[in-house]
Amino acid sequence: MSVSDIQPETNERRPATAGMPKLHMAIFAVLFVVLAVLPMLVYPVFAMKVMCFALFAAAFNLLLGFGGLLSFGHAAYFGGASYVAAHASKVWGLSPELSIIAGTLAAGILGLAIGALAIRRQGIYFAMVTLAFAQMVYFFALQADFTGGEDGIQSVPRGSLFGIFPVDSNEALYYLVLAVTFGGILFLYRIVHSPFGQVLKAIRENEPRAISLGYRVNRYKLMVFVLSASFAGLAGATKSQVFQLASLTDVHWSMSGEVVLMTLLGGVGTVFGPLLGATIVVTMQNYLASMGAWVTVIQGVIFVLGVLLFREGIVGVISKWLKRPL
Amino acid sequence: MFELLGIPPQVLMGQLLLGLINGSFYAVLSLGLAVIFGLLNIINFSHGAQYMLGAFVAWMLLEYLGINYWWALILVPVIVGATGIVLEKLALRRLYHLDHLYGLLLTFGVALIIQGLFRNYYGISGLPYNIPDQLSGGQNLGFMFLPNYRGWVVVASVIVCFGTWFVIEKTRLGAYLRAATENPTLVGAFGINVPLMIMLTYGFGVALAGFAGVLAAPIYSVNPNMGADLIIVVFAVVVIGGMGSIMGAIVTGFGLGVIEGLTKVFYPAGSAVVIFVIMAIVLMIKPEGLFGRNN
Repeated sequence: MSVSDIQPETNERRPATAGMPKLHMAIFAVLFVVLAVLPMLVYPVFAMKVMCFALFAAAFNLLLGFGGLLSFGHAAYFGGASYVAAHASKVWGLSPELSIIAGTLAAGILGLAIGALAIRRQGIYFAMVTLAFAQMVYFFALQADFTGGEDGIQSVPRGSLFGIFPVDSNEALYYLVLAVTFGGILFLYRIVHSPFGQVLKAIRENEPRAISLGYRVNRYKLMVFVLSASFAGLAGATKSQVFQLASLTDVHWSMSGEVVLMTLLGGVGTVFGPLLGATIVVTMQNYLASMGAWVTVIQGVIFVLGVLLFREGIVGVISKWLKRPL
Repeated sequence: MFELLGIPPQVLMGQLLLGLINGSFYAVLSLGLAVIFGLLNIINFSHGAQYMLGAFVAWMLLEYLGINYWWALILVPVIVGATGIVLEKLALRRLYHLDHLYGLLLTFGVALIIQGLFRNYYGISGLPYNIPDQLSGGQNLGFMFLPNYRGWVVVASVIVCFGTWFVIEKTRLGAYLRAATENPTLVGAFGINVPLMIMLTYGFGVALAGFAGVLAAPIYSVNPNMGADLIIVVFAVVVIGGMGSIMGAIVTGFGLGVIEGLTKVFYPAGSAVVIFVIMAIVLMIKPEGLFGRNN
């Protein structure tokens, strides 16, 4: 089975490896300027949360939009990394950047282990396998000693960047988070538009043909799985530093569902869709938090309407309208 | 009395029975998933929510209308199955020409809606549902005490599972169904209304989930989250068994329930994850599942 209809067709006029199109460069530049002044306009913690989820969704989109693999267990890497990073900061006393790296590496290793098994099945089985393994990680987080069970790991110290620059204040931490998430998103962009990304696209469009051309399809799938898991981990590890907390929420299956929602809403297989989707979903949760379980209902409704009515997502629709890949 | 590896037989048998009961639910739920998958090629993510819906409808029938357990056992699958038919007709039907992953995403959204609504109106603390009078009490088997209701759950599940197996594998209707699974276009050319059959099949699979919900209501407290975690385990069961055969789903369901029960006796900490570990092993050795067909 193919997942080709997930991504709106992008009529790229130039080879994808020939550098960034001007339009994308302009959007990234505007985005960066906006983000640089954002802490003066909105509460920095909220902005940091949005950026972490934007990176998470972008990492997920690498796997679904460009690898054609629907993982329903990405919370395992996001939450797993947040536990490792929180533990590294609090118990080992590592500085923030080392904690984040530790969390990211842990997510990558977890992704390697789960991915190696999951890529043995395709399509909906792949989704079920990743979901089941993520649930296993959830039970581990619930029962293991170092994760603190229902309480999670609380009051994680923020420490000093490289052991020199204190990032205790929200404003200082904001620019660290901006650098990490923005850098991560640009790196993901680079992966998608590299020769590696082109092979991924070929596999997604027609796997038997890619095999017949001599590509070791499973290696590519595993590689993209590990990359996606690692960047999801980078997002989760960074989030644990922002909120000084790692909790079961981040490894629960509903988190895996949320990242699917963000990506679907923004536009699967688009560059900017996941960023927009994450912004909308996090903002919605923030403003509707007082409505309790209605948020779940609204998310469910968006899922149903999104699947039935606009599968391209918001950015996908705009992209079609402008006749340019976004 | 005999002892096995230092485990008292009461404990062993008690956990074995619990495992068998869990296995009953795994079997009925994975059977429903397999029936739906066979014809619709989608994974019904809302299966857990529909199971929860079954338990809630049984509770509502008793609470608001005074309809007892035995009627609920018949009425609830019909009601829940009817909601499934509506869902198929309004939404799922529009997705058959697309990638099957969209069916998964749509039913996931439906699960969120159902669970969210019930959480709003009934909270998460859980509602009690009494065991029917005829099945209260229990039997002393000499080596253990068997509560009547728990015995009934296992018996009822076995009957429903084998009834479903018989209909699909041994009757003319089942033959149409299996033929439509293989080649819907050809079956349609013979004058059989395939879309209708697909709709009823989905309704039947959902009805099985509702039936399991009624069975579960007196054992577990009726609460909106009861299906959410269970369904993930059932997914693992389905991956282990493979969805190729009806009998495979039944055998895997009961078998894994028993294995889970035994793990609780010998290594309690591993009982929550043993099914996932088995799934990992099966993926390494026989990726298409124990009873799966490689296509």
